[in-house]
Amino acid sequence: MLKYILKRLAYCVLILLGVSLIIYFLIRLMPVDFIQSKIDAINQGGATVSEETVNAMYEMYGLGDNSFSGIMKGYFNWLGALVRFDLGTSFVYGIPVVDVILEHMGISFIIALIATVFEFLIAIPLGITAATHQYKLRDYVVTVLVMIGISLPSFFFGQMLKNTLALKLGWFPASGLVDATSDYNFWGLMGQYVSHMFIPILTIVILSIGARMRMTRTNMLEVMNSDYIRTARAKGLKESKVINKHAFRNTLIPLVTSLAGLLPSLFSGAIITEQVFDLPGIGNIALDAMNRGDIPFIMGYNMFLALLSVLGVLLADLMYAVVDPRVKLE
Amino acid sequence: MEELNKNNVQSTEDTEAPLDKNVRLMSPTRMVVRRFFRSKLSILGLIMVIGLFLFSFVGPLIYTEWGETELDRSGTVEYAFAETTYTVNGVEYTVRQTIETNLTDNFLAPPSDEHILGTDDQGYDIFVRLMYGGRISLTVSFLAVFVITLFGTVLGGVAGYFGGFIDNLIMRVCDVLICLPGIPILLIISTILTASDIDAKYRIYLLMIYLTLFSWPGTARLVRGQILSLREQEYMVAAEAMGYSTSRKIFKHLVPNVMPQLIVQMSLSLGSMILYEATLSYLGLGVQAPYAAWGTMINIISTNNDILQNHWNVWVPAGVCIVIAVLGLNFVGDGLRDALDPKARR
Amino acid sequence: MKNEKQTEKTSAKGYLTGKEIREIAKANKREIKRLEKYKNRKAKVEEFSTKMKNPDNILEIEDLNTYFFTEQGVVKAVNGVSFDVPKNATVGIVGESGCGKSVTSMSVMRLIQGPQGQICSGSIRFNTAEEGVVYDIAAMPIHEIHRIRGKQISMIFQEPMTSLNPVFTIGQQLDEVSFIHSPGISEEDAKAKSMELLNLVGIAMPERVYSAFPHELSGGMRQRVMIAMALIGNPRLIIADEPTTALDVTIQAQILDLLRDLKNKIDGSILLITHDLGIIAEMADYVVVMYAGRVIEKGTVDEIFHNPLHPYTIGLQKSKPTLDSASDTLFNIPGNVPNPINMPNHCYFKERCDKCTAKCSGAYPDMIQVSPTHYVACHLYGKEEQNG
Repeated sequence: MLKYILKRLAYCVLILLGVSLIIYFLIRLMPVDFIQSKIDAINQGGATVSEETVNAMYEMYGLGDNSFSGIMKGYFNWLGALVRFDLGTSFVYGIPVVDVILEHMGISFIIALIATVFEFLIAIPLGITAATHQYKLRDYVVTVLVMIGISLPSFFFGQMLKNTLALKLGWFPASGLVDATSDYNFWGLMGQYVSHMFIPILTIVILSIGARMRMTRTNMLEVMNSDYIRTARAKGLKESKVINKHAFRNTLIPLVTSLAGLLPSLFSGAIITEQVFDLPGIGNIALDAMNRGDIPFIMGYNMFLALLSVLGVLLADLMYAVVDPRVKLE
Repeated sequence: MEELNKNNVQSTEDTEAPLDKNVRLMSPTRMVVRRFFRSKLSILGLIMVIGLFLFSFVGPLIYTEWGETELDRSGTVEYAFAETTYTVNGVEYTVRQTIETNLTDNFLAPPSDEHILGTDDQGYDIFVRLMYGGRISLTVSFLAVFVITLFGTVLGGVAGYFGGFIDNLIMRVCDVLICLPGIPILLIISTILTASDIDAKYRIYLLMIYLTLFSWPGTARLVRGQILSLREQEYMVAAEAMGYSTSRKIFKHLVPNVMPQLIVQMSLSLGSMILYEATLSYLGLGVQAPYAAWGTMINIISTNNDILQNHWNVWVPAGVCIVIAVLGLNFVGDGLRDALDPKARR
Repeated sequence: MKNEKQTEKTSAKGYLTGKEIREIAKANKREIKRLEKYKNRKAKVEEFSTKMKNPDNILEIEDLNTYFFTEQGVVKAVNGVSFDVPKNATVGIVGESGCGKSVTSMSVMRLIQGPQGQICSGSIRFNTAEEGVVYDIAAMPIHEIHRIRGKQISMIFQEPMTSLNPVFTIGQQLDEVSFIHSPGISEEDAKAKSMELLNLVGIAMPERVYSAFPHELSGGMRQRVMIAMALIGNPRLIIADEPTTALDVTIQAQILDLLRDLKNKIDGSILLITHDLGIIAEMADYVVVMYAGRVIEKGTVDEIFHNPLHPYTIGLQKSKPTLDSASDTLFNIPGNVPNPINMPNHCYFKERCDKCTAKCSGAYPDMIQVSPTHYVACHLYGKEEQNG
């Protein structure tokens, strides 16, 4: 088991190396004067990118030196810094990229976590109902509804909800995380968070239920056709027990595994949703950083996402072994 | 019960044929077609997709009142009245002038006979731009899916068929590409494109080409998995024993078996490609003004609250088009999966 | 897909036309809807209570019809099957693959996979342990069936490898049966019962097997567990559906020995389904021979083996390999079992029969009683019967 995990971790490092290569060379594709113009734009915008920061970046990535050795040197410099969790200093924020990520990750994580919990709580029962009533009216209604959910573009649906629930009806605030009116005590602040996060979470849940529900339905149908379900029926179990105990326990295997695969999306931030509702989450920050040419942040953020997805895959495999007694890691 | 028995005993008269040959079955093609059309959803999806295609590609040929980038300068005539009084020889003359100026374009017009869905903030006709936007969105997505499938099939096929080192190499590249974050990487590429002064018209095509470079691993894994399992099948062993050539084995035996799954995968990923394209355009990275794409047409509301709240006709139709396209393709994909998957029983 | 062109050409002749397909689909939909409604109806106990024709029988199947409503037409998998299972007897059902043996047994357990598969008519009368309480299983609403399954009738399936739930331990799956059928039983008692049965079916280390997962056991072990599971509810009838087919030969012998032992130990009947005549000869008291969804001959094991009447039964026996056979090649019955869609109204075995007469083209032969226990459905004997 331990040996397996170590082996897999080594493999993860290899994949991350590949990812870092791609990201580095993509950045190197940017013309240097373009980067300079972006830096100038930031400087004019009020913030100052100190000469030191810029020079440190040029030094770190080996920008400006387009010879092969220069590129290689730049790559390994950057890689060396990466290993030490030094992602450089953000132009826009003037603080280390790691700090920017850590600062804004929390809000994205909370939104994603709550949304995921609701997604599973709603999608799994829907999927089971659809599967046990296959090709009946209930199945069709559920399928059509969630298909519409899958087909909605997040920006469009988010704006629709924002327009109706927040702007027209005024039930919820339209954007941001707190109203900038006064200081709040703890509970007041919590109330602000809840009301501001409601529509974004609703958006994410409605959009993501579909995929999860369909996954549950497919698995459930497969399980319901298997021999051991027939055995469970032959034992004299009532149909509800057959479904909720024998079939459901087997359907859970891929669901729990997919839960581990969700790890990246928990921390990476929902770029579009955060943009629509102007939430200070990591996704929105990243979008802003890209538009403003904050190279260190872009590179750091992308490596961060790649790390998360590599860990997600690993965790999913480990989880598989935990849930399914048939799977042995070796 | 008695009645039922009578109904079902359709004793065939031609008893001359041997019993086990007596049964007439459904032809395989008909079975697929029937399974597909059995679901009302796949019919609905097909209607939606075909309808949108006609709307986008035939529509502009029929409805030619306005062009994609044709501004409506007509409706906003400003009238100014000037009155000048002259005194000539003690008589007062009053001259009234009407000054007609086309100062501004007819922007944000409400839906009317002239503009079926009104005009946007620039004065473009929204209905017409929906059609042209559909052309770009649909073309780009179909092209992207086609290229992805081509890449994925070739690379996955090579990996699965030859195995060994080549397989290892291709699969490791897949692992790396799958770990790349989608939209953030496209944001970087888009920045590069901006920096390199690409014509706004071709930008989305370039962006989608890059997207295909990162998106083929899914298809490649599917094809490789299929081929690996097919290689173990008896009929492939038989083909081997018969001494068939490699190309014959691949194209006569393996490809037809992978095709159904590929078709399903293609139809389902078409929907997600349309969403991808729309998202990129919404973020201002894809199709650039003055050219239209559905996502670009919604982009305006991210900065303009007035349009978001008061001019639904500017942005809602584009969103509805995206939903219809994606939903239709998803329905069709689902129907195809049910029809082509021999395991799916009813 | 590949031979698309070919099929288009021949579709007029060899395949169903679009119109026929639509008609089939329409008729199927109507029938399925009606039967599903009947299956899910609410009914009082009296409505599915009945009386046995012969109180010494434990199971009486009469004119059972189980159909599958497929896109290609109605498959009459079980077509007017009638036979009895007496108390404390073993009845074997024998026939080629696809002749409706398994569907018959699944019908008794009401395990036919809906909505395509439906019991259309007939009765399955089951004599419960309580004096005078007889249920017609075919008329039971599906939610009442738990009165029968596991406690009165239990089943051993063909595929031991996949018939156990992979995510529960053997112990959990065995105890569950006790919990269902003896409400209020303590966990210790349930475990004790499970261990007792694991011992009974000859598992050497019951403690270990009890806490093992199914994938950790061999096929033979799993089948023993399945047998133990079938015994926990003290059923009056055990249906064994080809219990040894998926096992290798040495294990087969062990499982058969076990079943034979059990027959003496338990107070109940066994309905044994197999295509292996050897197993029938060893195990059964009565034999039912099925062909294409119909019973063609039934009788005691002596009658069927020493005086087979139906040409199909004779053919089956001839095709059984024996050591003292003079011939080097195995006898086989030419042709295949027909796919039972749109069967004509004459003997289904006609084309494969070597004793075919002119009469065979007439109506399907009736069941003819040859001795008090021996019945056959063949025109060859109808005449004798009429004469005598």
